[in-house]
Amino acid sequence: MTTETIAEPKQKVYFDLTTSPHLHSKWSTQKVMWFVNIALAPTIAAALVFFGIYQALVMLTAVAFAVGTEASIQAIRKKEVTWFDGSAALTGLLLALTLPPNFSLSATAIGSVVAIGLGKQIFGGLGYNIFNPALVGRAFLQAAFPVQITTWTKPNFAVDGITSATPLAALKFDSLISDQTAMVVGNIGGSLGETSAIAVLVGGIFLIALGIVNWRIPFSMTIGMIVFGGIFWLINPAYPSPVFHIFAGSFLFGAMFMATDWVTSPITNKGMWIFGLGIALVLVIIRVFGGLPEGVMYAILFMNGFVPMINRYTTPRVFGAVKEEKKK
Amino acid sequence: MSLRTFHGGVHPREYKELTENCAFEVIPLPEEIILPLAQHLGKEASAQVKKGDEVIPGQLVAKAEGFVSAPVHTSVAGKVMSLGKQTTSSGFPKDAIVIKTNGTVESEKILLPPLNPETITPDEIRNRVAEAGIVGQGGAAFPTSVKLSPPKDKVIDVVILNGCECEPYLTRDYRFMIERPDDLISGFKLIMKALDVKRGVIGIENNKPEAIKIITEKVRNEEGLEVISLKTKYPQGAEKMLIKAVNGKEVPPGKLPMDVGAVIQNIGTAIAIHDAVVKGEVLTTAALTVSGKGIKIPKNLLVPVGTPIQSVIDFCGGVTEDAVKIVVGGPMMGVAQFDLHAPVMKATSGILVLTKDEVVENPETPCLRCGQCVGACPLNLIPTKLARYSQLHKYEEAEDADVTVCMECGTCAYTCPANIPLVQWIRLGKQKVLEMQRERAVK
Repeated sequence: MTTETIAEPKQKVYFDLTTSPHLHSKWSTQKVMWFVNIALAPTIAAALVFFGIYQALVMLTAVAFAVGTEASIQAIRKKEVTWFDGSAALTGLLLALTLPPNFSLSATAIGSVVAIGLGKQIFGGLGYNIFNPALVGRAFLQAAFPVQITTWTKPNFAVDGITSATPLAALKFDSLISDQTAMVVGNIGGSLGETSAIAVLVGGIFLIALGIVNWRIPFSMTIGMIVFGGIFWLINPAYPSPVFHIFAGSFLFGAMFMATDWVTSPITNKGMWIFGLGIALVLVIIRVFGGLPEGVMYAILFMNGFVPMINRYTTPRVFGAVKEEKKK
Repeated sequence: MSLRTFHGGVHPREYKELTENCAFEVIPLPEEIILPLAQHLGKEASAQVKKGDEVIPGQLVAKAEGFVSAPVHTSVAGKVMSLGKQTTSSGFPKDAIVIKTNGTVESEKILLPPLNPETITPDEIRNRVAEAGIVGQGGAAFPTSVKLSPPKDKVIDVVILNGCECEPYLTRDYRFMIERPDDLISGFKLIMKALDVKRGVIGIENNKPEAIKIITEKVRNEEGLEVISLKTKYPQGAEKMLIKAVNGKEVPPGKLPMDVGAVIQNIGTAIAIHDAVVKGEVLTTAALTVSGKGIKIPKNLLVPVGTPIQSVIDFCGGVTEDAVKIVVGGPMMGVAQFDLHAPVMKATSGILVLTKDEVVENPETPCLRCGQCVGACPLNLIPTKLARYSQLHKYEEAEDADVTVCMECGTCAYTCPANIPLVQWIRLGKQKVLEMQRERAVK
């Protein structure tokens, strides 16, 4: 066609010109992190009720040092300082909740520094770490303070006959079976966050309902405990029953808050199943055959290491693709 | 009853309430109209008028060039002012004919001879659709006559009329279903006849119970026609998702719906076909939703093709103080506008004026590996990985990870809590990979 005139645009209006999609869900990293912190409220409350107000100091110390470490390292690396996004606070809080009651504040602070420093920032910060930072901190404390970290205090409402030892330790070392009602409510010895199953479940279900926690991870872990724990129990009923496995120790806390950490868990649905079942298998093996009474921390850290591989091998089939067409 | 749907997807806020009860209104004729020669996918039409020519409504001003093309007709009476580049809503300048409207509102209108839908032959339907310049009204604007002419070796067993309207805000298809159900079914039957298909399905999302009720009632005595209500979820209206929901078949990557025996047509297209065959009208009117919190009076409108967006916005009372973005199309796949002189085109389905409140933009953070995008991608891609490849310029890896399968629905970017512009990165990667593939083909 013959171009006779090139018309000048009559008027220009400069609006916001980003490309589609123009709508976005209301979530942001910051909002998600603070919601997870909020979901820990029942667990925090339970810890304070059963073990006393001193535990608040432990939590505050852990949070303060986690946030401080995050901000300092970011400042040193000349990166944007993002302590307010709630992720460092969450790491600190989670770490505190894995500690036994009346833990030393200085050791807590060291744990927090290690959790953020070695667990997270050394990999490049948020989103890049391989292992759950809170568990890295806890693993360090376990190695550095082996006695302190296994010194359990009786819960406040302990009736006579309840030992201060955790149900798992009682079973492992003294072959004592703890009262299951006390385990569900939380009136048992144990770490701050693991005592009350109900408090953990309330927070966990809240996160699942919001879509922050993918149900597949806690669900597959539970299924795994029932199956793998059940096999050993059927072979020899002296081993703990699946129900005991689930309510004892930090299984529920780990399933809801630790294994479901976004950064260190798989991104595919199938991968989440493999991850959850894997944790359960490792955990049952540690609990049944290991020298330690509890193994949630090691089971999760162990499976964290497999996450990149799980993601790679569980890439979903592209919509409409037929098997033969798959490359390589 | 569990509703039929597909795997993945998201539930954006619908905002349909803004316009769902607004019946179509006819907009007054604008002072001038701009008719781009390429309002469809395929070859640009060639201009048949020159500067100074007088035209009357319905007159052919540009004729189709080749098979995959569509003619352009003027919607108004007036005088051709210029031929040249004009901004279009795609953001790119395109060759266009500018016509100054003459004052007389009701001038003579050129109509094609009406045809009898009972006795019409498939070829006559195809020819009429081509002649009337009908293009797909779903947004992609593919010439409908081509879609009605599948290659001989393809067996089509079902035609699906897309009544999902899964994009938020838009209520144009919904209004058609409520206001013109008989014409819609007449148009649908013409499509089925052209394709010689006995089974016709009208898929409607269950957030439109009124439309489902009306259309179900209308097809009760029609043999071969059925209404299927689908779960309300974005992007249910995407071709592949709709076919999956209706008959469980998956269109393989790189293939077309006709490869699994299905043809999909839009509600607006069925109406346009009815009008072309029964009334002899050529496609010169765009039906669209004008909505968003930033427009003073949201409306559903019948607009002469070529009307500048500004005139449409003025007719709806103008924009509010807090308007920040003007989008042509739906909010999930539409294009933000910088020049409101751009015209409404044949396949324009909506003009949205959005406020800051609606287009929340949270700060972007590193990927948290949460997997939300993976779970939401309706095509089972790994958006976070594809976006990463684009960021690192690793286009070979992106190609291996099937980046070209992406249909750019935006579900991943919508759902990302880290606010990473996933689909935007993927779009870039897709372009680069397609370029690479073209270069390879040349070698």
